[in-house]
Amino acid sequence: MSELLLNIQNERLSFFTPAGEVKALNDISIQMYEGDVLGIVGESGSGKSVTAYSIMQLLPHTGRIIGGTIDFNGHRINDMTEQDMRKIRGNEVSIIFQDPMTSLNPVYTIGNQICEVIKLHTNKNKKQALERAEELLSLVGINEPRKRLKQYPHELSGGMRQRVMIAIALACEPKLLIADEPTTALDVTIQAQILELMIDLKEQLGMSIIMITHDLGIVANMCQKIAVMYAGKIVEYGPVDEIFYNPQHEYTKGLLRSIPKLSEKEHNRLVPIEGTPVDMLNPPKGCPFAPRCDSCMKICLREMPQYTTINDGHLSACWLLQKKEFMQGGEEN
Amino acid sequence: MKEKKNPLSFQLDVSDFLPANKEEKESLVIMRESVSFWRDGLRRFEKNKIAMTSFIIIILVFIFAFVMPQFYPYSYEQQIRGSENLAPMAYSEPELALKAAGEKVFPHILGTDSLGRDTMIRLMMGSRISLLVGLVASILVLLIGSIYGTVAGYFGGKVDLFMMRIVDIIYTVPDILIIILLMVTLKYPLKDLAETVPAFSWINVIGVGLICIFIVFSLLYWVGMARIVRSQVLTLKEQEYVTAARALGAGSGRIIRKHLLTNSMGTLIVTTTLQIPSAIFTESFLSFIGIGVAAPMPSLGSMASTAIDGIYSYPYRLLAPALMISLIILSFNLLGDGLRDAFDPKLKN
Amino acid sequence: MVRYIAKRVLLSVFTLWLVATITFALMFMVPGGPFLAEKTPSAATLEALNQKYGLDQPKIVQYRNYMVKFIQGDMGVSLKQRGRTVSQIISTGFKVSAKIGGLSILIAVLIGVPLGCIAALNRGKWLDNVIIVVATCGIAVPSFVVATILMIIFSVKLGILPTYGLTSWQHYLMPVAALAFYPTAYISRLMRSSMLEVLGQDYMRTARAKGLSQFWMLFKHALRNAILPVVTYLGPLIAYTLTGSFVVEKIFTIPGLGNAFISSILNRDYTMIMGTTIFLAALIILMNLVVDVAYKIIDPRIKLK
Repeated sequence: MSELLLNIQNERLSFFTPAGEVKALNDISIQMYEGDVLGIVGESGSGKSVTAYSIMQLLPHTGRIIGGTIDFNGHRINDMTEQDMRKIRGNEVSIIFQDPMTSLNPVYTIGNQICEVIKLHTNKNKKQALERAEELLSLVGINEPRKRLKQYPHELSGGMRQRVMIAIALACEPKLLIADEPTTALDVTIQAQILELMIDLKEQLGMSIIMITHDLGIVANMCQKIAVMYAGKIVEYGPVDEIFYNPQHEYTKGLLRSIPKLSEKEHNRLVPIEGTPVDMLNPPKGCPFAPRCDSCMKICLREMPQYTTINDGHLSACWLLQKKEFMQGGEEN
Repeated sequence: MKEKKNPLSFQLDVSDFLPANKEEKESLVIMRESVSFWRDGLRRFEKNKIAMTSFIIIILVFIFAFVMPQFYPYSYEQQIRGSENLAPMAYSEPELALKAAGEKVFPHILGTDSLGRDTMIRLMMGSRISLLVGLVASILVLLIGSIYGTVAGYFGGKVDLFMMRIVDIIYTVPDILIIILLMVTLKYPLKDLAETVPAFSWINVIGVGLICIFIVFSLLYWVGMARIVRSQVLTLKEQEYVTAARALGAGSGRIIRKHLLTNSMGTLIVTTTLQIPSAIFTESFLSFIGIGVAAPMPSLGSMASTAIDGIYSYPYRLLAPALMISLIILSFNLLGDGLRDAFDPKLKN
Repeated sequence: MVRYIAKRVLLSVFTLWLVATITFALMFMVPGGPFLAEKTPSAATLEALNQKYGLDQPKIVQYRNYMVKFIQGDMGVSLKQRGRTVSQIISTGFKVSAKIGGLSILIAVLIGVPLGCIAALNRGKWLDNVIIVVATCGIAVPSFVVATILMIIFSVKLGILPTYGLTSWQHYLMPVAALAFYPTAYISRLMRSSMLEVLGQDYMRTARAKGLSQFWMLFKHALRNAILPVVTYLGPLIAYTLTGSFVVEKIFTIPGLGNAFISSILNRDYTMIMGTTIFLAALIILMNLVVDVAYKIIDPRIKLK
């Protein structure tokens, strides 16, 4: 039985801005075991990146956890000081970001930037660090690693830069790798390569991955479990097969419907999800998806739905499911 | 059986599960109204208290420099015998005598200088010169720079290359040195021109010094503006080619032009506004070292310069033009900053 | 890199030649000559003087003579300050101006850069606002205003600093302060906005995600990127300091190069005009070249043509 690596319980997080309190995360709970690959899916503003950043305490100081707990690898993240966090960032948990063009410092060499994280968390000297850096570059599939170490970021292509980011993230063999839309800024062919690389590395190094994306295609290939987020809430959570073949939440269904399929007839129109995203400064009291939901009921606008367990490990927060239960309960009366 | 619904209970009711209608859903969606670029920018500008204050100050300075002299009883070159070196609000002996005789003598609010000239009116005239130079020079720079930049950008190719080489050379030449030399030397041919050719006699009316400054600015300061305009034109050209390639027709072309023009206009306005304080600074600098507008026409720079000799006895004679100049330059800078914050699409907040 | 420097040097030489020619042409547009200001000499004396200094020859000949001599390093004799060569006057004047100018640039950078950083790090708080206000006022006030106000406060009212000359270190205080005022304010503002932009960049987030401390994030990652606009500004700064020296040297009666330049123009000392103009122009152009090369070294992305 593998260890519980990450345990987020009822996390609530808000950004305190001059415009007001932006309630970014509303009662998030996630459990990850060692070796798990979790996909977090949602549109911009759903809170998927915020959830991941909160694990590493990478948010700007305006963002604060106002409720719940985060336990990672034996640390209670809420209680840790910035100094403590620095010891585990890049070391026990790493992150790769969306845009490799801007994520690397343009005025320092690749070697410098990789060695930086190695020297930060290990006792290696300069020579050893460079050797390790070279090793890492080979690991992530970059040719001529020794030459690359002396090059600058602008001399590398987007795909190569992302590989460098992965190398930096893996340098200290973290237990958890967070990938925040790592392929969104890349060409489709490169995208496939990077994803394959990540799967290989996971097999080799045995680490856990959180994959954040808005692209359902990616999660289908890589992840075992999926959390679908909307407006700061996990609306559906479950094993990948359940989500794809037995989606319960209207939002999940909408996402799956909107994927253009090759098998469809040509004149079928694309099916978007109508409506606009939620204003997080004034989130509604009820289900956040209600205004855009075709099956919206009166209660949906008034109150937040509870989680209904569909089967083992598959949960969804929707009044429609509660309605079924309610009706069944009512009939029994 | 329907139970009475207690508003505080969390008990669910069958009616809760009825579908919600459209109105109920839409009440939760807040849409932001869309505003035009100019109105949006203007609104942002108006909110900016500092920028609005500077704007008002500038208006006041304009009134001070252009309107008030009409109502002021003294003129700038008028030397009043017996009233030299008066302190602010003081009267000289002859003036006191006049007052005793029943005549009204307007007080010298800021005193007089060593030649008996009222400092206040000279301050007003000096401000007028500064404002004139600032505005005219900036407009000249805008015109010349825009035309040059448009031509270079529009024609492209060898024409562009050649024109930009010239810009590079002008950029490399240290402008202050040339300006100083020009200021000293241009006076003479201009004076000759004004006296010999009747068509140019207006030169004497405006003042040779001023004309010199304008010429000097026109020759050297337009290069920055030219570069900006040229890059805007190049972007515009690229858009048009894309449109042509997509064969969307003239309609889109006009829309793109309209959008790009609005964008360029913002940058141009800001650049021109920020050019003004730098022009005013240069004029006062030149006057200070003695090669600006000629006496007896006062300039804030030359007033400051002459006041240094009397700094121990009459410090206010220095403070007045010094503070005035600082106020004018500061206000224009803040105005330019405010405009840029309001109209620059790249908001950094 | 070498090719770039070579191209720039060529351009500089051409520009210098252009400046020299323009100066020469302009000088002779001014009627009168260098000797008319003195007690009016007789026509014969005038002619003799003109002949001695070669001023009676056609302009083109004078031009050619000057250029030829210049290339050999001879800038001629001052027409007004008898017995001193132009080179002598320039070198003594330059030593003085360089000290004051150099000090003021140093101060501007050493104070402006940290101030800008502090403002950026405390964005929105009172420290930031104070720095912004002071800096904005600083760039609006011309150097002669600062100089004269300093003079009023410290020499007239308080009487603790001297108003002219350069004999003790106290003499340096006001001129350097007056000259450094505007650049310090400008660099503060520049550094602040540059730092703000850098702090919002993705690579800063990467640095934090690696576990770097605030100190290293700032001094290693942020500073080197944020300082680039300031390096670019150093070129115009040199030019500004030069022109600022005209004013400051006049007010505080300092025998520097700026003073020599201005008085040579007003006195129609042709050889001095040529000498000082070319020297000053060369100085500015050279410093701009040095700055551009330094920029390339700091920022590896820049491809100079």
